[in-house]
Amino acid sequence: MKVFEEVGRGTIGAFAYAGGVAELLGDALRFIAGLRIRVRETLDQAFLLGVQSLSIVILTSLFTGMVFSLESANQAVSYGVGNLVGGLVAFTAARELGPMLSAVVVAGRTGAAIAAELGSMVVTEQIEALQSLGLSPTRMLVVPRLLALVVMLPLLTVLADIVSIVGGMWVAGVYAHISQESFITSARAAVPFDDVLKGLFKSVVFAVIIAMIGSYQGLQTRGGAAGVGKATTGAVVTSIILIFMFNFALSYVLFGSS
Amino acid sequence: MALWARLDDVCVRYGPKIVMQNLSLDIVEGAITCIIGLSGAGKSTILRLLNGLKKPDTGRVFVRGKDITEMRERDLIDLRRTIGFAFQFSALFDSLTIGENVALPLRENTKMHDGEIRKLVSETLDSVGLAHVEERSPSELSGGMVKRAGFARAVVSNPAAVLYDEPTTGLDPIITHVLTDLIVKLREKLNGTAVVVSHDLESIYIMADYIAMLFEGAIVAYGTVDEIRRSPNPIVQQFLQGSEVGPIPI
Repeated sequence: MKVFEEVGRGTIGAFAYAGGVAELLGDALRFIAGLRIRVRETLDQAFLLGVQSLSIVILTSLFTGMVFSLESANQAVSYGVGNLVGGLVAFTAARELGPMLSAVVVAGRTGAAIAAELGSMVVTEQIEALQSLGLSPTRMLVVPRLLALVVMLPLLTVLADIVSIVGGMWVAGVYAHISQESFITSARAAVPFDDVLKGLFKSVVFAVIIAMIGSYQGLQTRGGAAGVGKATTGAVVTSIILIFMFNFALSYVLFGSS
Repeated sequence: MALWARLDDVCVRYGPKIVMQNLSLDIVEGAITCIIGLSGAGKSTILRLLNGLKKPDTGRVFVRGKDITEMRERDLIDLRRTIGFAFQFSALFDSLTIGENVALPLRENTKMHDGEIRKLVSETLDSVGLAHVEERSPSELSGGMVKRAGFARAVVSNPAAVLYDEPTTGLDPIITHVLTDLIVKLREKLNGTAVVVSHDLESIYIMADYIAMLFEGAIVAYGTVDEIRRSPNPIVQQFLQGSEVGPIPI
């Protein structure tokens, strides 16, 4: 019986969590629709959450593109289809690697930062202070972070796409002697612009997930420093799991027939 | 005596723990009411009930005659803008300077021009003895200065009432005296109501018009300073004398 109780409690908890996040998102969208946006705070967050993630996104996408090219180029050349490597790398980067990788990296860095900052504000009564001044924490804190990530994550994704393709091209040239012209021609042929846009749409969805889960976890923080740690870990784990789940669903819907 | 607020038969629980049970308390308009009681007795919860940050599980909270337990969030926001709140640890926003902290309610809730806001912020900081700290961050100030900056943010909008949560806790006797005087002066300047939660009996005797003692979820004594000091209630006497012997379990 205890197992059923635990399952029941877990299910109720999951629905309560989803409801809480949805309510917070609805609240944030209401402020955005009403153009009640704090521009300076949003720009600051775009710098903090987006620009400062540049180096980690560049490094991870560069090496992932390189390793993907390394694994595929030698095989492709041995089967006499080396001219397809550029297409393979670009195809994977635009559809999956770019959006996913940058989202996971940003979830680890930025999702954690959002949860930790808002969590610290909860335990030091700063959230209550905002409310006591008649100000909405959603408008003051969540909306700027949401907007910043929705703008910055697609830009980071474009950068990740480019960097992973360039890294893949370099490795293909050095290890499998595939010319740049052949690589680029193949890449251009394999990735229609439509696919790039769909990849960017995915990154917008991932940005919403990271911002909302980070904010919700942060605002739900209870207790002191331990609570902040728990909220931060929870934000990263939950965001990454949701990114993987939504990635599958979006790939199925967007690319299922192609 | 006109009432600013009334807690009527209020019950509050945090999980299984009952913090308030059928608690009733009147807050007199234009007076300083101090709430005393043991740590964890629910004193700070009373402040949060008064500005709608916390809803009671049962019972009613009236502010200026309006039942705020049934208020929509929109109306509660309007109410909170008329009530200043000085938090125990000041709760200044560490991403903002002291000047920006004090200016925040004016920038967000009024249509005042930048110059007017700067002037008012400067005057308010001056009135709490903090001249020329606008550009400094909260982490650069001492505990007493941070408390005063918190007071400045609470009163800058000229609220009808100010709620002070442990305003002198952890401060040296001189700063404690300064802050106690400040609470009295700010109440006179605003011509409003103040509710102070504190353990600091010396300060309370100086500033309080009325004292309410909270014990085991209910108000066990209420009256002027003299009435409370002369109270025959053994709970009150044990608390005031800080004695280990008496009905309050250690």
